[in-house]
Amino acid sequence: MIISIASGKGGTGKTLVATSLALALKDNHKLRLLDGDVEEPNDHVFLKPDISGSEPVFIPVPRIDEARCTRCGKCAEVCAYNAIAVLGEHVLTFSELCHGCGACSYLCPEKAITEENRQTGVVEWGDADGIDFVQGKLTVGEAMAPPVIRQVKKHIDSEDIAIIDSPPGTSCPVVETIEGSDFCLLVTEPTPFGLNDLVLAVETVRQLGIACGVVLNRAGVGDDRVEEYCRQENIPILLTIPLDTEIARLYSRGITLVEGMPEWQEKFVGLFAKIKEIVDARSRSLKR
Amino acid sequence: MREVVVLSGKGGTGKTSIVGSLAALAKSKVLADCDVDAADLHLLLSPSVKQENEFWSGQLACIDEEKCTQCGLCQELCRFDAIKDYMVDPVACEGCGFCSHICPEEAITMRENMSGHWFISDTKYGPLVHARLGIAQENSGKLVAQVRQQARRIAQERGLEYTISDGPPGIGCPVISSLSGASLALMVAEPTLSGIHDLERVLGVSGHFGVPATVAINKYDLNEDNTRRIEDYCKEQGIEVAAKIPFDNAVTEAIVRGVPVVEYADGRVSREIEGLWGVISRP
Repeated sequence: MIISIASGKGGTGKTLVATSLALALKDNHKLRLLDGDVEEPNDHVFLKPDISGSEPVFIPVPRIDEARCTRCGKCAEVCAYNAIAVLGEHVLTFSELCHGCGACSYLCPEKAITEENRQTGVVEWGDADGIDFVQGKLTVGEAMAPPVIRQVKKHIDSEDIAIIDSPPGTSCPVVETIEGSDFCLLVTEPTPFGLNDLVLAVETVRQLGIACGVVLNRAGVGDDRVEEYCRQENIPILLTIPLDTEIARLYSRGITLVEGMPEWQEKFVGLFAKIKEIVDARSRSLKR
Repeated sequence: MREVVVLSGKGGTGKTSIVGSLAALAKSKVLADCDVDAADLHLLLSPSVKQENEFWSGQLACIDEEKCTQCGLCQELCRFDAIKDYMVDPVACEGCGFCSHICPEEAITMRENMSGHWFISDTKYGPLVHARLGIAQENSGKLVAQVRQQARRIAQERGLEYTISDGPPGIGCPVISSLSGASLALMVAEPTLSGIHDLERVLGVSGHFGVPATVAINKYDLNEDNTRRIEDYCKEQGIEVAAKIPFDNAVTEAIVRGVPVVEYADGRVSREIEGLWGVISRP
């Protein structure tokens, strides 16, 4: 089962939920945690994995063989990202704009374009106290997170449970991360910001046809409009975490909730049981 | 005209609450919400929308079923796995157009994609440019560029001194689009280990693009050891820490009431943000 953790709004507690859920389940399941927030990966801060391997993430970018090139301009014409320009006798490539689609090299009539790899990030893996851990890191200064996320997701294997931590927002990196998961846990907070961004996240998840449920974090401040919305939209609130300075302080020191407050272990096991119930019911109804 | 963009790396550190307050403190400015896929600034500024515009960007492949002979070349060549069973997955399609060029039957065309809306609004604090990216859409960076361009245009036309932008979290494409060419990046950091990690990365991005940065530590009293670590790090890097804002539930209460915190409470939070604006607006 693949469980993604997303939120719309940033800083609502995705990392807190992902790391504690993984720790609560690791003794009884073969489990992998993947950090798909490749712009700002934080799971490693809490789980302190022993990194045992890594691989670079490349985008194949064009390299022009000037001797073969006839300046016909076909490559510039087919590039949708303005990553190639033909100026008089010169062909300029702007590799940071290139998405690596391969159109230019395939369509060059002179076969004057080959591809070379440009590194935009890295995927690392290792063991975090019994959890198979994988994370992606976008290189600072690079713009495109999705290729790094795609490569992180290739590490989803035959484990019982894969938990994948998503970046905030609702655009392409989020879609890339949560697509294909069996369940998406949406972490939010009971404020107008939390609600506004939860609504957007729910629309995204529904568009992708993924079942979802909510974790309400920092309950006790704010208002009750998130709960009202969830009732109206028939979205289950699967776990409520109170606003508690002690929880915030543990978090600030990089200590997971289930380690800092072991009484939460059982609540996260219960959270998984509820997710499993929803996913199983859904797959039964799909079979019928 | 100076362009100030508020960033953080990590989400939820308080960017929008701070921008909302700067909106109330700065006299001559246009506001811009560059967090186009989870925009929240409007919830503090109660805008009335004066102009709504469609944002057309990028393209999507479209297969003409009648012409398609199911030869499979497009599926084989697409590097984004966006064509399955001779159908385009609009979410996976990157709009590169490769398939449309190689289809032997010319059965694939590229169609313009309406990927969001942008707005020019009036608020009691001044003009606001904001946007809404369509659900699960790409090209947030281009929409951010559009928001910034409109904000600059308004500032120039009306002779305003500042554009103040609420930026997105992360370090990728919409952040780079919010940051490039700005006069100052204000980084809102929180004193958590993950917050420090994320601050270092986003400062790496501002450094990479040559934009000067200053730091505000929010909820600094949550962990004073970590606050000192941020101060030490900034000192090493030659970056000013312009404010240390304490934790206060008044910030959340102000969000619930839909007003900038400086207009809701006059405690230490408000004084620190006033001091922060003093540093930013220092001649």
